[in-house]
This record gives sequence, C-alpha cells and structure tokens, in this order.
Amino acid sequence: MNIQDYTVSRSTRAARVALVVTALLLVILFLAPWWAGRADMRLMGELFLYLALASLWNLMAGYAGLVSVGQQAYVGFGGYMLFASTIFLGINPLVAIVFAGFLAALVSVPVAILMFRLRGAYFAIGTWVVAEVFRLCFAQVSSLGGGSGTSLPVGIVKSLASERAMREALSYWLALGAAVIVIAAVYLFLRSRQGLALTAIRDNELAAGSLGIDIWRNKFIVYVVTSALTAMVGALIFLQKLRITPDAAFSVYDWTAFVIFIVVIGGIGTIEGPIIGTLVFFALRETLADLGTVYLIVLGFVAIVIMLRAPRGIWGLVRSRYDLEFFPLSYRVHLKAAKGQDGN
Amino acid sequence: MDWLNAILQGTLLGGLYALFAAGLSLIFGVMRLVNIAHGDLIVLAAYLGLTVTVGTGLHPLLALILVVPAMGLIGYGLQRGLLNQTIGQDILPPLLVTFGLSVILQNTLLEAYTADPQKLDAGALETASVSLGGLTMGILPLLTFLIAIGVIWGLQWIFYRTALGRAFRAVSDNQEIAQLMGLNRRHIFGLAMALALAVTAVAGILLGIRTSFDPSVGGARLIFGFEAVIIGGLGNLWGTLAGGVILGVAQTVGAKIDPGWQLLAGHLAFLVILAVRPNGLFPRISG
Repeated sequence: MNIQDYTVSRSTRAARVALVVTALLLVILFLAPWWAGRADMRLMGELFLYLALASLWNLMAGYAGLVSVGQQAYVGFGGYMLFASTIFLGINPLVAIVFAGFLAALVSVPVAILMFRLRGAYFAIGTWVVAEVFRLCFAQVSSLGGGSGTSLPVGIVKSLASERAMREALSYWLALGAAVIVIAAVYLFLRSRQGLALTAIRDNELAAGSLGIDIWRNKFIVYVVTSALTAMVGALIFLQKLRITPDAAFSVYDWTAFVIFIVVIGGIGTIEGPIIGTLVFFALRETLADLGTVYLIVLGFVAIVIMLRAPRGIWGLVRSRYDLEFFPLSYRVHLKAAKGQDGN
Repeated sequence: MDWLNAILQGTLLGGLYALFAAGLSLIFGVMRLVNIAHGDLIVLAAYLGLTVTVGTGLHPLLALILVVPAMGLIGYGLQRGLLNQTIGQDILPPLLVTFGLSVILQNTLLEAYTADPQKLDAGALETASVSLGGLTMGILPLLTFLIAIGVIWGLQWIFYRTALGRAFRAVSDNQEIAQLMGLNRRHIFGLAMALALAVTAVAGILLGIRTSFDPSVGGARLIFGFEAVIIGGLGNLWGTLAGGVILGVAQTVGAKIDPGWQLLAGHLAFLVILAVRPNGLFPRISG
C-alpha cells in the first residue's frame, strides 16, 4: 500500500457534532438569566465552578501524574486574595480575580520546588500540609477576621453592579466563563506540543524521560498554571459566597475530596470525565440533600465502588464500548476512499 | 526554665505523635500504602473506647483490652475485604479509596455520636504529676511517652526477631518472590494492617484521655503522624519517634512564643526539614 492511501486526522464526526451541540448549549446557558430562576442560576453557577476545579485537578493528576490533595490551598488563597485586594487596595473585584491568579502563580513556585521532593502518595499528603499552613497563616490575619473570617463589604459588592439581578447574572456568567475557559485551555494545552509531552509522561515516565522530555519542567509548568487558575476559581467561589472563613476556604473535603470523587467517577485522564462526574455529583447531591450526612456516606461508597470496579470511570465505560471522543486528542488513521469505497 | 519546660512537654507530646505515626509507617513499609483514613481510624478507636468505658464503667486504659483486638479485627477485615484490591503501581486507587473511607467514617461517627466533643474520663490519672528538679511532668504524658517507646520497641522486635516480621520484610522487599516462596501476601498485608490498627487503638485511647475529640479531628492527626514519619525518615521506626519528638517540641516552643503559632510552628519545622533533608533525618528505605 502506498503512503497516500492514508490520512491522519484528529477530528471525528462525533467530535464535529459535539462541537455544534456544545456551541448551541453554550448559547442557551449564556441566556440563563432570561429563562432560569434565581435558585437554579445559583446552583448552575456552583456547578460550573466545580467543573472548573475538577478539570484542573484532572489535568494535574490525570495527565501530569501530580496527585495533590492540597488544591484547597489555592482555592482558599484565591478567595482571601480577592477579599484582601478589594478591601485593602480598593481594586475592582473583576481585576482582583486575575490579580489573585497572578499571586497564586508566584506563591506556587516555591511550593512546587519543595513539594516535588516528595514522591507519589507523600507528595499528596505534603500538599495537604501546605494547605494547612495557608489556613493557619490566614487565621492569624486579624484584619481579615482571623479565625472567624470576614464578609465582603457592601460597597465592594455594589461596585460589581448596583442591581441585585444584574449582580447575580454577572456572577453566573463569570462561573460559566471560568468553566469554558478552563476546559478550552486544558483542551488546547493537551493538543499542543507540551500536551503531547505530558501525555507521554502519563503513559510512561521512564520512557518519556529517555526520549528527552524534561519531566520536572513539564510537571512544574502544569503545577504553576493549575494553581493560578484554581486560585481564580477560588476567588469566584468566594465572590459568590460573599463571606470567607479559614475553615471554609481551606476545606480539604469541599475543594479536594469531592473534586477527586468527581474526576474519578466521571473518568480520570479524559476531558469528558470531569464534565460527566460533575453532573453525577450534583444529581446525587440534589436528590440526597435531605438525608444530610447520609449523602456523604453514599458519595464515599459510590467513589470507592467506581474506583474498584471501573477505574476509568463512567466515560471509560462508554469509551470501551463505543469509539467516542467529543474532545478529540488522539490521532486516527483513515484509509483514503480508494476505488469508490468509503474507507473510513 | 520555661523554655526547658516547653521542650520537655514537647518531647512527651512527641510520644503521642509517634504513636499516630507508627501504624502509618508500618503499613507504608510493608505494602507502600498511604492510608488517608488513618486519622479517622484513630478517632474511631477513641469512640470505641468511649463506648466501652461508658458501657462497662472500665478505666480507659483497661478498655484497651477490648479496643485493641477490635481494631485489629477491623484492620484485618478492611485490608482483606477492601484495601488489598487497591495495592499496585498506581497510587491513585489506594489514595481515593482511603479518602472515600475517611468521608464514610467521619460521617458515620457523626451520625452515631453527633458532633459534640467527647472525652475519655481517666480519673486521677489526668491531673497527677511528678516534680523533677523544678520541672513538673504530668503522669499521663510521661506514661504516653513510655508506651510509645514500648510500642516501637515491640514493633522492632516483631519486625526483626519473629517469623511474622520476616514475612513482613519479605513482602516489603519483593511481593512476587515472597509469594513464590509460599507466603500469602494478601494474608500478610491483612496482618500488617491488623497490627497497625492495634497500635492505632492505643493512640486513639491516649488521645481521648488527653484531649477532647469529635468526628472531624482525624485529618489533623493524620498530618501529625505523616510529618513524624517524614521527619524521621521512611522505614525507620526509631526515626519516627524522633520525628514525633521534633514535631512535638516545635509545637510547644511555637505555642510558647504565641499560642496561635502552635500548629503552624510544627508544620514549618516539617517544611524546613523537608527542604534541608528531603529523605528525613534517618532514612532507611527510599520512597
């Protein structure tokens, strides 16, 4: 056979259909302030922020092999930086979100240098220690309320938009925007040269290293970028809540355990996984909310069962049955339509 | 003298942290498993102690007779029924499963015992003290420290002087070849977890006598134990005791400077040692 008999492409029909459906869905979601109630918009906003957190954790753990249980450090840091920079420096809250991301990137550099000395599971718990250090430090800052926390002053809240409906719409759009930007960034990053190196590291670190990929540098870049983006999502979370305390800001269960459950339930190492996982998580939460702590027990069981029975998650189950990829990352070889025959 | 006192109290506190850490160190050494639910299991042991003491009127230290075997059985069952399925090259399954376990344990304890802080009543033992050249030592912290030394000595003895210890070291060195030599590694792992949780039972009861506890305090105990293991160096049990002491001293000295600094000082000591000696002070195996 001749080399011209083949073409190599990434796109598939499913992906093209998915692109159109996603675009339509985004338009509908963008218009939510005109068709959804306040409670629904709040819930969807929260869902988008969890989706962003899950996608970021998935990039770190699923692709760069950095299994962190300390991402609450950056969620809380972002939240506190939003409060500090708007209250003390008088920065506009929208600018403060970006500023929080920038500061988090700076802080994450020494943290990464220190934590990368730990391997595997010890890296995981080491990051948790860092998050505890952040929590204890912010609990010492009396001008931010110390251990009991503080609220965002009314003047700053009003500076977003004077009307309540407009503020709620804006907060919703920011959450939607955060999810879209994070997923798009992860997707484009993984399709780039860097992403290819990252996927190689995920599949076999030793082989990737021997092919000349700088493993430390690649992981470092991913850590710093996800930390910055996680902090921006954290700023958005506490812009929505309008109140921050050290315990809420640096909660290992809210910002890491649930995020890990989401990613594993949906399917780690895929872009689609966190999306499915977030939907399942919120469906579980909304149906079992009346049961209180029983809901968390059920969630723990679901996560354990999925990890043991279907370690690639729900999306992994789907992919093993159907050859689907809505966010095409892998390359496919197609036979060219030779002699009137569709060789796809 | 105040500073000397702070260092002394910190050293004794380090005994408790070494007990938190010993179980963690043991299971990591034998099967490379890091158990996120370790702290919650310590709290579970404290609650079991509470049920036993309230139910039978036994002294908390005598309740150990029931709680230690109970935790050992739980450990064996947990390992054979659940955790053995997660052992492998990938670190995510054990991490996620023990995280799930941690959430389940915490919320089950919350359902069973509510969020009210509880304490084990050890009577006169709680306040008794001895004076030594101007320094005063509580009997309970001193007893805790001596128990920690005893437990670590016992673990060392099991590891290096018994057939069970030989089996532990064999599966730790090479699981496949140990299996070929006729060891059932699933059973050995079960015994290692049983032993680890028996130690955890001691740690939980002593924690419950020393301070009040509620279902949410497990995470911090896990972190203290983890820090003691890393400071001391992986795979070295006496190192773990030294790590616990360093952590305890850092905390009490930090608290002496400013009460709000107690926990922070401990964490910072850990980070400094990590920066200077990434493998801990006395490492025996590489992570």
